[in-house]
Amino acid sequence: MSESVGKHSILAEAQSPLSEAVRKVQREVAVPDRDGLHARPVMRFVDLACKFQSEVWVSNISRRGERLDGKSPMQMMLLEATQGCILRIEASGTDAPEAVAALAALLEAGALGDASTG
Amino acid sequence: MEILRGIAVGPGVAIAEAVVLEAEDYRIPYRTVSAGEVEQELALFDTAVSKSIEELQQQEEWLNTHLGRDAANVFEWHIGVLRDDRLRKSIERLIREKQAAAAYATSSVMRNYQRRFMQMSDPLLVERIRDVQDIERRLLRHILGEKREDWAHLTQPAILVAHDLTPSQTAILPRTQVSGVALDTGAATSHTAILLRSWGRPGVIGLNDISTRISGGDLLIVDGSNQLVILQPTPATLEEYRSRQAAYVRLTGELDELRELPAVTKDDQRILLLSNIEFPYEAAAGLQKGSDGVGLYRTEFLFLRPEGVPSEDEQFEAYKEAILGSGEHPVTIRTFDLGADKYTQQKSYEQERNPMLGLRSIRYSLRNLDMFKVQLRAILRASVHGNVRIMFPLLVSLMEFRQAKMAFFDAVEDLEDVGTPFRRDIPVGIMLETPAAAIQIREFCREVDFISIGTNDLIQYMLAVDRSNERVSQFYTASHPAVLRALHDVVRVCGQTETDCSLCGEMAGQPLYTMFLLGIGLRSLSMSPVSIPEIKKLTRLVTIPQTQRVSRRALSFETERQVNNFLRDETRRLLPDDPL
Repeated sequence: MSESVGKHSILAEAQSPLSEAVRKVQREVAVPDRDGLHARPVMRFVDLACKFQSEVWVSNISRRGERLDGKSPMQMMLLEATQGCILRIEASGTDAPEAVAALAALLEAGALGDASTG
Repeated sequence: MEILRGIAVGPGVAIAEAVVLEAEDYRIPYRTVSAGEVEQELALFDTAVSKSIEELQQQEEWLNTHLGRDAANVFEWHIGVLRDDRLRKSIERLIREKQAAAAYATSSVMRNYQRRFMQMSDPLLVERIRDVQDIERRLLRHILGEKREDWAHLTQPAILVAHDLTPSQTAILPRTQVSGVALDTGAATSHTAILLRSWGRPGVIGLNDISTRISGGDLLIVDGSNQLVILQPTPATLEEYRSRQAAYVRLTGELDELRELPAVTKDDQRILLLSNIEFPYEAAAGLQKGSDGVGLYRTEFLFLRPEGVPSEDEQFEAYKEAILGSGEHPVTIRTFDLGADKYTQQKSYEQERNPMLGLRSIRYSLRNLDMFKVQLRAILRASVHGNVRIMFPLLVSLMEFRQAKMAFFDAVEDLEDVGTPFRRDIPVGIMLETPAAAIQIREFCREVDFISIGTNDLIQYMLAVDRSNERVSQFYTASHPAVLRALHDVVRVCGQTETDCSLCGEMAGQPLYTMFLLGIGLRSLSMSPVSIPEIKKLTRLVTIPQTQRVSRRALSFETERQVNNFLRDETRRLLPDDPL
C-alpha cells in the first residue's frame, strides 16, 4: 500500500477516442481521508457517478484489486479504499472526461465533504 | 426471585410478560422451487425490495425529524444497496437460473458479501458486516412475512428481551405493544442506547445473559429508575412495584404542570435547573421541560457515526442549532470526551488495557491538536448566536488547563486571521471529575471562569469502581461520606473565591440528593431533562436553612448506608409518593 499521504498528482492520464461519440479516460487519485471511503462518502461518490452517461470503473491499485462498478454502492464499499490507497478511475462514454474529472475532484477534496450539505 | 443489575436507558417501571427476540438468523424454509414458481419468487423478491426501500425512507424521515440528520444518515447506504442494480441482478439470476427460492437467493448473495467484508483489515469497514446483515434481515422479513416480531399477536403490552438490538430494530419498536426493554449487551453510549433513551420507556441494558435465562411468557419487572430487572418476583415485590408504578404515572402527570413555575425555594432562593444534552435538538426540548438552559452539551456524540470525524462546518451547524434552540439561556459546551470507547480504541495501535485511565478526553484532545482546534473554532464561530461557555473535561492538572487554554487562544487567532466573526468573551471553565482537581480546587479557581462538577466520573475515580461492570456496580454510590465531603469542600472553596459552580452528574437529577446539594451551597444543577420537573417540585418545597440542616447531618455519618437511610427519610417526608 502506498505510503503517500495527502493530495496526489495525476499519475497517468490516457485518452483514446474510439469514435466520435465514445471516449475512454482514466486517472489515478490517492484517498486523502483518514477514514477512507465509507458510508456517506461512498454514496456521494456513487450519486455523482450516476449523473454521468458513461460507464464508471474504479480499481484499488494499492490492493491490486479488481475493477469495480463506480455506480454500485456495494462495490464501492468493497473497494476497501482506506487512507493513502491509490484508486484508478476509468470512464467510458460520451461524457467520460467530465466524469473522471468530477469524480477525481470529489475524492481529492476529501469526500467527507466540508463544504456542501452532506 | 432474582434481581439483575444493569444500566438504565429509560426511567419508570414496567411489569409484563417477556417476549424474547431470537438473535439467530431467519430459518430459510426451502432452497429451491419448481420451474413454474420462478416468476412468483421473482415477484416476491421485487416486492420485498420496494417495501424495504419504502420502510427505510420512512425511518430516515422519522429519524431526521426526531434525532437529526446524523441518525438518519445511518440508513443512506442501506437504501443505496437496495437500489444497487448489480446486487439485485445477482439475486435474480440465482432465482432464474438455479430455481432458488427468493429467501435462499437473497441470503446466499448477502452472506457472500458479508464474508468479503469480514476479510478486510480496516475495523470501520469490517463493521459494514452489521449493515449487510441488517439489510439481509430486512429483505427476509418481507419475503418470509412478519414471523419474528409477533407484535400483532400480543393482546397486552410485553417487555422485549434480547441479546442485542440493532439501531434499525430500535428505531421501529412499537410503543403500544412494548412497555419495556431488557438487553444482555449494551454500553451507555451505543447507538441503540441513544435511541432507546429517546424512546423514553423503562429500559435496562448490560444485563449479561438475561436473554438465556428467561423464556417468553415469564413475568418480569423492569425498574429503569433503579437500573434493575427482577425475575420471578414474589407476590410482595409485585405488589410493591404495582403501587410504585401507579405512583409514577400520577407523578409524571403532576410534574408536567410545573413547567411554567420557576425553580424557587420557599424562602425565595432561585435555583437554576439546566439540561444535559447529547443532540442539538434536545436544547429546545429541554426548554419545554422547564430548563434554564444547557448545563452540559456532550459533544462526542457527533463522533459516534460511521463516517468518522465531523468537519468544522458540521460541528458549527450542530452547536449553532443547540445555541439557537436555547434562546437567551446559557449553553455550556464540553469539548470531546473521547477515549475508553470504540472510536479511539479502534484508531490506536493497540487497544489500551485500561481505557478509563488511558488516553482519553482532554489528554486525547491535547495529543490531537488539529482535531481539538477544529472543535474550538467551530464553538467560537457558533458563539455569535447566543450565550456560550466552553468546558474542558477530565482536567487533572493546571498544566493541562493552561495547554488547553493555549489551544483556545490559537483557535481565536485562526479566526481573527481570516476575519470570521466570533465572541471573544466566552467563559472558559472545567469539568471537575478527578480527585486531583478536587484537591487542587483553590488553584484551579484562580485560573478558570467556572467549574461544573461531573459526579459520574468523580465517584468512579474516588471509589475505584467501574459503574458499568456488573460485578461491582453496587459499590458505586454518591452516598459515600468521602464523596459528600469532597463535594462540600469544593463548593465551599468556589464560594470563597466567587467562582461559578454547578453540578452536572447524574446526582443532580436524583431527588435523594437535592437537599444535600442545595444545603452545601449549590445553586445550579444540570440534569437529564426528564428529571427537571421532579427536582423543581422538591426545590419549591424546601427552605435553604432546612437544606443546610440536612447537609450538615448527612456529612456527620460514617457509612454510605447511614447517609442513604437518612436522606431517604428526609426526602420521603416531602415526596411521599415518589418511588425513590
